[in-house]
Amino acid sequence: MKKVYVNEERCLGCHLCEFYCAFANSGEQEMFKAFRLGRNAAPRIQVEDGKGINFAVQCRHCEDPLCMKNCIAGAISKENGVVKIDHEKCVGCFTCILSCPYGCITPDKDGHSATKCELCTANGGTPACVQNCINGAIVFEERGEA
Amino acid sequence: MNYEYVIIGNSAAAAGCIEGIRENDKKGSIAVISDEKYHIYSRPLISYRLKGDVTEKQMCYRPADFYKTNNVVTLLGKRAVSADSKTRTVELESGEKIGYEKLLIATGSKPFVPPTDGLDSVKNRFSFMKMDDVKGIEKVVKKGAKVLIIGAGLIGLKAAEALEHYDCDMTVVDLADRILPSILDKQTAEIMQKHIEDHGVKFILGTSVKSFDKDRAVLANGEEVSFDILITAVGVRPNTELAESAGAKVERGILTDKKQAVNGVKNIWAAGDCTVSEDITTGTSHIIAIMPNAYAQGKVAGHNMSGNRDTFEQAFPMNAIGFFGLHLITAGAYSGECYEENEGENVKKLYSSDNKLNGFILMGDKIARAGIYTALIREQTDLTTVDWELLKQAPQLAAFAKEKRFEILSKGGETA
Repeated sequence: MKKVYVNEERCLGCHLCEFYCAFANSGEQEMFKAFRLGRNAAPRIQVEDGKGINFAVQCRHCEDPLCMKNCIAGAISKENGVVKIDHEKCVGCFTCILSCPYGCITPDKDGHSATKCELCTANGGTPACVQNCINGAIVFEERGEA
Repeated sequence: MNYEYVIIGNSAAAAGCIEGIRENDKKGSIAVISDEKYHIYSRPLISYRLKGDVTEKQMCYRPADFYKTNNVVTLLGKRAVSADSKTRTVELESGEKIGYEKLLIATGSKPFVPPTDGLDSVKNRFSFMKMDDVKGIEKVVKKGAKVLIIGAGLIGLKAAEALEHYDCDMTVVDLADRILPSILDKQTAEIMQKHIEDHGVKFILGTSVKSFDKDRAVLANGEEVSFDILITAVGVRPNTELAESAGAKVERGILTDKKQAVNGVKNIWAAGDCTVSEDITTGTSHIIAIMPNAYAQGKVAGHNMSGNRDTFEQAFPMNAIGFFGLHLITAGAYSGECYEENEGENVKKLYSSDNKLNGFILMGDKIARAGIYTALIREQTDLTTVDWELLKQAPQLAAFAKEKRFEILSKGGETA
């Protein structure tokens, strides 16, 4: 399946992917509305700024996801290779945050559930982070693994 | 009736076992026996149900078609009383006998209620572990009710959180001098206690109930507490009677090998809160009663029962839980050198020795990306191979060697 991959050689650490990710998942029509007016949309991708390196990290959609196995509510499932959280079932205990070895799950802005990258399956088309990375540091492609 | 696989218990370990078996064996008959009559549900969600955050349907640990999809026969509302490993049969309370080729004991635990004078005179008395406990409480709880909770552990305090929804007047009594002793140290317990007190819950610590008289408790320190509802949440005991009847070796919990096969008997496996695990962070064996362990052990048992070799080697305590909006993520053992960050309710404590992370306590907004720390414990990572100084400040992949990071980011997720 197609996944999001990062090329840290090309990442300048501009954090644009975070803005576009948060905006795409905010349900707002205009970007400023997602961040102003106390809405503080939260990104599901995070840029790490290390010593001389930058790169974006988001859910790897693991073959055998620890978040899914450890979820106490049975709220995390895998649909066509995409690891998803059922927000109706999620109680926000954050066992998934405890479990994800890559630190890719975050509390949702309401604080009552967890959220993560779902490859923009709900937004249609190519993930917003990929579409809007001006350096080509994030790509959406098939690499032949599960 | 005879089945290839019989599973006693219907929670996380059972789900793991069913899913583990079905990875190898699509056809072998599976029966699940449980004294509870419900579709497989998440026990820890009972507090969220009482609070009104989830419905009974949303508490389902697996979808409504789970048994059908996995071709599982359910014998629900039936209690298994004994097992005979020679004739390979399980006897139900009704006298009915169920034959098995392979048996999983996933009987979990039961609440321990300390015998106390006058306990039987208390009308509205509950434990807080099962669906029926919530249903019982819901029937009698009224807005503003006075609730006495015995036990300031995870279960007792989750009950308190849920009952705030009913504006209950709550008092929590515990023999220990601090709350949540199983997952917090003294300092973090004090912070959490203050946080919970700010939501109107009263604590009386360092004492126990001497006697009950209907709706009144007399404490060992002389205080008296009157109540409408009593919730006992002192602790739990593993359900080992059935395993013992089959000749299993039991010390505190059921003893198994790393394949989850029960010591001393053939064709019987065990998983979950009724079993003893070897804790990689302490090197000691004890019951690690957490859902992730139960599921993982159940899955390993299921793999072995259906002919694939698998072992469970990474047991250690870990908990993610919140009370009245303040979140906690903890794992492992609190031993060794401690790195600390204290900013009010936001606390981080990382315990390490011999270049290994042994355990951590994270509170408030320090829980972010906690799983990166958990992975260091799980994989027993040599901290000299990562930028530990950077990791202490914030969990991040930048602290890993470039090759490791490349493996994660360029190839995709691990298959742990």
